[in-house]
Amino acid sequence: MRLRNISINNLRRRKAKMAFLTIGLTVGIATIVTLVTLTRSMSSDIERKMDEFGANILITPQSNGLAMNYGGISLGGVTFDQREILEADLDRIKTIANSKNISAVSPKVLGGITVNNREVLLVGVHFESELKMKQWWRVFGNEPKTDHDLLLGTDAARVLDVSPGDKIAIKGEEFTVSGVLEQTGSQDDSLLFANLPKAQKLLGKEGKITLAEVAALCSGCPIGDMVTQIAEKLPDARVSAIQQVVEGRLKALDQFKRFSYAMAAVVIFIGSLIVFVTMMGSVNERTVEIGVFRAIGFRRSHIMRIIMLEAALVSLLAGFLGYAVGMGGAKLALPFMAESKQAHLIWDTTVAFGSIGLALALGLLASLYPALHASRMDPTEALRAL
Amino acid sequence: MALIEIVNVKKEYISGDESVEALRGVNISIEDGEFITIMGQSGSGKSTLLSVLGGMNHPTSGSVEMAGVRLYELAGEKLADFRAEHLGFVFQSFHLIPYLTAIENVMLPLAIVKMGNQAKREFARKSLERVGLGAKLDRLPNHLSGGEQERVAIARAIVNNPRILLADEPTGNLDSKTSEEVMSLFCELNDAGQTVVMVTHNPDNGRYADRTITLKDGMTVGAH
Repeated sequence: MRLRNISINNLRRRKAKMAFLTIGLTVGIATIVTLVTLTRSMSSDIERKMDEFGANILITPQSNGLAMNYGGISLGGVTFDQREILEADLDRIKTIANSKNISAVSPKVLGGITVNNREVLLVGVHFESELKMKQWWRVFGNEPKTDHDLLLGTDAARVLDVSPGDKIAIKGEEFTVSGVLEQTGSQDDSLLFANLPKAQKLLGKEGKITLAEVAALCSGCPIGDMVTQIAEKLPDARVSAIQQVVEGRLKALDQFKRFSYAMAAVVIFIGSLIVFVTMMGSVNERTVEIGVFRAIGFRRSHIMRIIMLEAALVSLLAGFLGYAVGMGGAKLALPFMAESKQAHLIWDTTVAFGSIGLALALGLLASLYPALHASRMDPTEALRAL
Repeated sequence: MALIEIVNVKKEYISGDESVEALRGVNISIEDGEFITIMGQSGSGKSTLLSVLGGMNHPTSGSVEMAGVRLYELAGEKLADFRAEHLGFVFQSFHLIPYLTAIENVMLPLAIVKMGNQAKREFARKSLERVGLGAKLDRLPNHLSGGEQERVAIARAIVNNPRILLADEPTGNLDSKTSEEVMSLFCELNDAGQTVVMVTHNPDNGRYADRTITLKDGMTVGAH
C-alpha cells in the first residue's frame, strides 16, 4: 500500500464518481478539440474556396503605355512597345517553386467582332478553368461543350436578341448559343464567350493571348513571392497581384480566426470551471476520509499527492477521450458547418498532444485549490465525531 | 513519569459573539499500560478532550505531554508524524475508507511508512488475525457487519503498534453482544501492554477499564 494505491483504488472502485469527473473534463476538452479542429478545417476550406473563386494574379503583356480612363469613362490611351504573350509560354508557370499553389490559370484572348450587324467584344476562354474560377456564374441553358458553342452575357444576349439554343453566324461560321449568363453586374454581362482556340482563329491571333488570370492558393505562401516567381518565368509579361482581392481575403480569414480563438478561450474557461467545481465537489464529499488520513498521521503533502495524482490520472484519461470524442464530433459536424463537400478534417498531432497536455494542465490547475483546501482541513472538523 | 500528562487544559470555542468553554482546566495523568474510560453527558467535553489528546485540536491554554513530548510545541507537520508513530485512533462510526478492502484499510497507516509492500501486507494480515478477521481480508467495508467493521477499525489503529490507543465511542453503533466482544478485544490489547483511552457514555464499559474519569461542564468531577 502506497499513496498511489489510494488514488488508483479510489478511481477504480468508485466508478460512477470517476465517470462523472471524467465526463465533465472530457466534455470540456472535446468541445475545445471540436472547436479548434472545425475552425482550422473551415479556415482551410474557406481559404481554398476564396482562392478558387476569382483570380488574384493578373498576367498582361508588357508595354510602355498609359491608360486614360477615369470613373469608368475611357478616353483611349497611349501604348507603344506592345509585346505579346504566347499561350505556350504559360506552361512555364507550372515550373515555378510554388506551382502546387496554383489552382487555375485562365488565359484569355479579346477582340471586337461583328454579329448581327452589331459590334461585340469576343472573349476566348478555356471554359473548364473559367467556370472553375467564376463559381458565381449561373448559366441559363447549357455550359458550352464544343468549339461551336457560345456563352453570352445577359446584356449581349438581349442586344443580339438571342436565347439558349439559337444559332448565330460569325465570319461565315455558324455557332450555337448554348447558354446565357444570369446578370452578374460586371463586365461579363456584355461579353460573348467562345472557346479559346476558336476565338483565336476568329480574331486572327492563333497561339496568342491578351491576358491570363491566375487563381493561387495563398495558404502557406505569400502572394508576392508567387508574383515574383511568375514574372521571372515570363519576362515579356507584366505580372501583378490584385491587391484588393488578396487583402480582402486575408482580412476575412483574420476575422474568422480571431472569432474562433475567442470562442476557444471561452470554452477553455468553462472547461476549467467544470473541472474546478467537480474536483471541489469530490474533495468536499471526501471530508471525513481526509479527516481520517490526517488523524492517522498523513502530512498535508500526502493529502495533496493523493488528490493531485487522482486529478492527473482522470485528466490524462479525459485528455485521450476528449481528443477522440472531439475529433469524432468535428468529423460529424464538418459537413454541416462547411458548405464545400471537399472540406476535409485536419488531423494534427499538435492538437492531439495539445489536448492531452491541456487536459492535464487544466485538471492539475483546477485541482490545486481543492487539494490545498483538503490538505488544510482541520481533522477535528473533518471528522466531527471527535 | 506518567505516559500522558494533561495540565490545566482549557479549550474555548468562539461561536458568533459568544464563547463556549468546552474544557475548563482539565488535569489528568495516565500511566503507561493503563485502560482509561472517559465518561460524561453529551456536551461535557469528552470528545474535545480526546481530540486534544490526539494532537488534532490545539488547546486554548495548558499543556499536553505524551511520551515525554509536549505535543502542541511540535513544529509544522511534526505533530502529524507524532500521530503516525505513537497514536492509534478508533472512531465511533468506524470511518473505514469505502473503496479499500479490509486489509487495505488496515494498511493505510503504513502507506506513509518506508517498508516493502509485502511486509506491510503481512503486518496488516497479522493485525486483522489478532482481531479475529483473518478470513475476510479482501472484503470491502459494505460487505462487513457493524461489528466486523469495528474490528477492522481497531486493526487499523494497532497495525503500526502505537503506544496509545484512542477510541471515541467504539460501541456507540453496536448491539450489546457485539459491544461486549469489542470491549473484550480492547481488554486483550490492554493486557498485552497497550495503553487505551476510551471516550464512552455507556457505564457498562467502565467495568473493563482500570480507571474511569468523569467530565462535567468541561471539568473532571471524579475518578475511580
